[in-house]
Amino acid sequence: MPIWFEEREHAVVRAAVHRLIPACEDHPGAADAGAADYIDGLLGAFLVDPPRIFAGGPFSGRYGGDPGFERFTPLTRHQELAWRTRIEGSQGRAEREFNGPVVGLQEVYREGLAKLGADFCDVDGDEQDRRLDALPAFKHLLYEHACEGTYGAPEYGGNRDCLAWVAIKFPGDVQPRGYTDEEVSGRV
Amino acid sequence: MMTTDCDAVIVGTGPGGSTVADVLTAAGWSVIMLEKGANHLLALESPYEGLGRITNDEIKFMRRWFLGPDPFLEPRTFRRSDADGERLLTGEVNNLPSTVGGGGFHADGKLPRFRDVDFKAASELGPIDGADVVDWPVDYDEMEPYYAAAERIIGVAGDHTGNPFAAWRSGPYPMPPGPDMYCAIVTSEAAVERGLHPYRAPTGVNSVEYDGRPACNNCGFCAYFGCPIEAKGDPIAPLRNALRTGRCEVRPESYVVRVDLDGTSRTAQGVTYLDVDGMEHVVRARNVVIAAGAFETPRLLLRSEVGNSSGNVGRYLMYHFQTYTLGLFPFRLHAYRGRAVTHLHDDFLAPDAAALAAARDAGLPYFRGGIVEHGGAAHPMMEAVHTPAGAHHSRTMLQSPMRDRMAAFTMQGEDLPQRTNRIDLDPAIRDVWGFPAGRVTYQPHRHEIAASRHWAPLLETVMKDAGATHTFSVTSPPLAGEPGADTPFMASVSRHIMGTTRMGSDPRTTVCDPWQRLHDVENVMVADSSVFPTSAGYGPTLTIVALAVRAARALAGLEPLRSQRPAPDTELGRFSAV
Ligand SMILES: Cc1cc2nc3c(=O)[nH]c(=O)nc-3n(C[C@H](O)[C@H](O)[C@H](O)COP(=O)(O)OP(=O)(O)OC[C@H]3O[C@@H](n4cnc5c(N)ncnc54)[C@H](O)[C@@H]3O)c2cc1C
Ligand code: SF4
Repeated sequence: MPIWFEEREHAVVRAAVHRLIPACEDHPGAADAGAADYIDGLLGAFLVDPPRIFAGGPFSGRYGGDPGFERFTPLTRHQELAWRTRIEGSQGRAEREFNGPVVGLQEVYREGLAKLGADFCDVDGDEQDRRLDALPAFKHLLYEHACEGTYGAPEYGGNRDCLAWVAIKFPGDVQPRGYTDEEVSGRV
Repeated sequence: MMTTDCDAVIVGTGPGGSTVADVLTAAGWSVIMLEKGANHLLALESPYEGLGRITNDEIKFMRRWFLGPDPFLEPRTFRRSDADGERLLTGEVNNLPSTVGGGGFHADGKLPRFRDVDFKAASELGPIDGADVVDWPVDYDEMEPYYAAAERIIGVAGDHTGNPFAAWRSGPYPMPPGPDMYCAIVTSEAAVERGLHPYRAPTGVNSVEYDGRPACNNCGFCAYFGCPIEAKGDPIAPLRNALRTGRCEVRPESYVVRVDLDGTSRTAQGVTYLDVDGMEHVVRARNVVIAAGAFETPRLLLRSEVGNSSGNVGRYLMYHFQTYTLGLFPFRLHAYRGRAVTHLHDDFLAPDAAALAAARDAGLPYFRGGIVEHGGAAHPMMEAVHTPAGAHHSRTMLQSPMRDRMAAFTMQGEDLPQRTNRIDLDPAIRDVWGFPAGRVTYQPHRHEIAASRHWAPLLETVMKDAGATHTFSVTSPPLAGEPGADTPFMASVSRHIMGTTRMGSDPRTTVCDPWQRLHDVENVMVADSSVFPTSAGYGPTLTIVALAVRAARALAGLEPLRSQRPAPDTELGRFSAV
């Protein structure tokens, strides 16, 4: 269940990231890796407390140690100002507009997804690509977020079960195990 | 006499400020450290343990500015020259972390010393048109014991037998070098075949347990990330030392607005800062130490209208002119394991006859390059965003041409000091506290460009010899007419920032005296790379720390450190270059 997107918006994001990072044999692709859930988590970061902006630490638990990533770090006052502005937009508030108005990611997504069309999930891949190409700035944003949601730590809502890391043979966050000297210096 | 809150107030908690705090508190002084960034590093109560927030997390450190500065809150601006108008770019420009510990703990910590000639560029190499090449007011022999102290404080691992160009040393490194990365072994072997002299990089990373902190376990999230297990000593080691004396108080989220002078304008009373709620506070101190980094230090002085009778505050801004030579390999290099860079070579700091001839062809009396770092690491998100979207994305990521098959040489080329390259206050853009953003005006000198053009082909040849099937070179800043020159990447991405309050004995041309005190205000000292008169071709941080030890000891009235050059027939002496 998305926390910020409407169901149909979530479906459009899923279809769109699938064009940007498609699945192939041995790679789950962004849609199955959960990139849409990652983006939903970012846009809805302030619906949970502490906001899901910075994962905690020191370790994820995947290689031992205290699994702290899932305990998100409380934001400092300035971090909250920056991320609320980035996500919600400046909304005419003076403290967010010291260099002028800021359009938030929520608005960018709402408008971008509307422009992709309510029928985006139903048209064929070529047409989906054409619609994405017609919105280059939005496509670029979606792609960067798709990369984060596919290859970032799973605690942020994407990279489900580390599927993308497994696919590309990246061990991920390896603390506190690290790598042995042989793994560093050896050929394999 | 005015009552004071402390003996010294220190602005900034990076390597420079933390080192000064360590030296002054050890000498019995009380210090207050003001840091505009938040504290994610260590508890500020005994026993000053780590906070567990430094992690192997690419989203947090590479995409979301966890350590600050967030470019929305603290934008910086850039232009190449006045001809560009007020600015070309607004956002991230040469950002180093703004947090307790500064840029130190998120660097990967290659910590070489400079050599004798680097302190004497004017007298040994000579002037170059269009630049103000000068000698430093200190030479290598005087610096040697401070370099040794800096290596001990931070904990540097290295091999004193490896680098034929190295200056003399009074002792070995505190630790042996850590494990070599496979990609650096491959590229170093090829470099040796071409007559170059790669060596195991001196690194501020523990290879064995040191100073109560564990050995590095090679996690690979090193450059741009802090160390989750505190295997990097810069600057947590000097900061914790200072805190442990009980005479050091660190105040995070404290933005210093200005340096306050007394009625004579020759003496500072202290500083004024804003806390996290925007409340104004005053700290009265016998001495003010500014270690805000070479970008923010001149910005603070300009904003305070302090120290600028020479008109040179913010001027002579230098970076390193970076040349990246990248090689794509048919086999996997796993450069994501280890400390990002494990080998260096210094050959391009000592130009040979071919380089001198190339310099003359370019109309220059000489040129020098810089250290070349042998590394390669890239994390998956970095690779992904640089891989085109669409049908081929996923297969490319499975092949991993960047993260897993790319080796990189980074030459940190010497950047000549030019008076027109500067940091000043942007006329319109503001930070979240309401003060003018710092603005960079910068163009490389043709010296840097000629040096880069001369050595890049050799580096590509070495990459090919090592087995790369494709090689290419790019520079930062990009050269006019080449890809990237008109994009958001036109500003230098270097995080080695120097020169903006240069030191020297003449108050008409320099901002700081040879002991890093402002010529104009006797009790204000600068303790970062702002004071560098020239940039040399080496990472600046060990020299920042060594200079900070020297200046802070002088401030506290301690005896200068002295050291002995080893006799030529000793183990150490045999490995000292002339
Ligand atoms: C990824 C990376 C890798 C690097 N690798 C190397 C390397 O291998 N070798 C090397 O030599 N160097 C390296 N560096 C550079 C190194 O990090 C810097 O040289 C070093 O951090 C500079 O130390 P400093 O104390 O002068 O300033 P900083 O570390 O920048 O610290 C200054 C501090 O002052 C604070 N401050 C600024 N203004 C104010 C104000 N008005 N009020 C209060 N506080 C303020 C800032 O928030 C900051 O925390 C690297 C940097 C990066 C980013
Ligand atoms: S590679 Fe070593 S020093 Fe660097 S972050 Fe990992 S454990 Fe720390």
